[in-house]
Amino acid sequence: MKNIIQNINKAFDHRIRLGIMSVLMVNESTDFSTLKELLGVTDGNLASHTKALEQENYIAIEKQFIGKKPNTSYRATKEGRKAFQNHIEALEKLIQKR
Amino acid sequence: MFFLNFIIYFVIQSTLCMEDKYLQDISDIKNMMNRSSQFISLSGLAGIMAGIYALIGAYIGHELIRNNYDTTNYNNIITLESTTFKLIVLTAFVVLLLSITTASLLTFNKAKREGETIWNSTSKRLIINFMIPLVTGGIFGLLLLRNGNYGLIAPVTLIFYGLSCVNASKYTFRDVRYLGITIIILGLISTELSGYALEFWALGFGICHIIYGSMMYFKYDRKLIFR
Repeated sequence: MKNIIQNINKAFDHRIRLGIMSVLMVNESTDFSTLKELLGVTDGNLASHTKALEQENYIAIEKQFIGKKPNTSYRATKEGRKAFQNHIEALEKLIQKR
Repeated sequence: MFFLNFIIYFVIQSTLCMEDKYLQDISDIKNMMNRSSQFISLSGLAGIMAGIYALIGAYIGHELIRNNYDTTNYNNIITLESTTFKLIVLTAFVVLLLSITTASLLTFNKAKREGETIWNSTSKRLIINFMIPLVTGGIFGLLLLRNGNYGLIAPVTLIFYGLSCVNASKYTFRDVRYLGITIIILGLISTELSGYALEFWALGFGICHIIYGSMMYFKYDRKLIFR
C-alpha cells in the first residue's frame, strides 16, 4: 500500500493540473486559449498551474508570434509523460484494491 | 474505547473519500483526453439527411438518363457537352451543397447543446484530414472526366470519399471509420461492375449514410436530447 501511495504524484493532485496533463498526453502541443476553453478556467488560474508544471519540468512552454499576436503553446516533456503515466497506474492500482 | 472507535471510523471514512476522488480523477483524465483529441459534436442526423439527399439525387440522375435514352436517336452516349450531363453535374452539386449546409447546421446545434464551440482545434483537424483525400479524389475525378474515363467516376468518388472518412475518423467517432471502410469496399466492387455506377452511388452515399447516421444518432445524439 505504501509503495502505491508514493507513486501518487503531488504535482498532479489538482483537477486543473490533471486536466492540463491529460490534454497534453494526447496532443502534440496545445495553445493557451484551447487549454483555457477545454478546462473552463480563467487566464490567471491556468497560467499559475502551467507555471507549476513547468517548474517540475513536466511541460515545456513555447512562445512565438503568429502575425502580431503572441501565441503560447504547451507540450508535455518526456519526463512529464513518464511521471503522468506512473500517476495513472498508481491511481488504477488504488482503485483495483477496493 | 468509545474514543478509539470514533478515530477508526474517521480513518475508514477518509480513505473511502480518497478512493472516490481517485476514481473521479481517472474519469476526468479519460474525459479530457477524448474531448481534446476528438470532435464529438458530429451529428448522426446530418448523416441521415445526407443519405436522403443522395437518394433523391440518384433518383433524379436516373430519370435524367432514362429521358435521354427516350429522346435521342441511337446516340445514347452522354457527352460532356450534352444538357443531360450538365443537369447530372448540377444535381450532384446541389446534393453536395445541401448535405454540407445541413451537416453544418445540425453539428452547430449539437455543439451548442454540449457547450462546445464548433470551430476549435479538434474540428479544424477533423476537417483538414477529411479534405485531403477528398480534394485529391475530386481533382482526380475531374481529370478522368477530361480524359473521357466516365466509367471510373463512380468508383473513384466512392473510394476517395471512403478514404476521407477513414482518415477523419481518428479525430471523431469510431463509427465514421466503419462507414469509410464500407464505402471503399463498395467502390472497389463497382470498379468491376461498371454498368451499375448509379446504383452503387445510391448504395454508398445514400443507404450507407442513412444506416451509419442512424446508428450514430441512436448511440450519441438521442442521449443528449432526452438528458
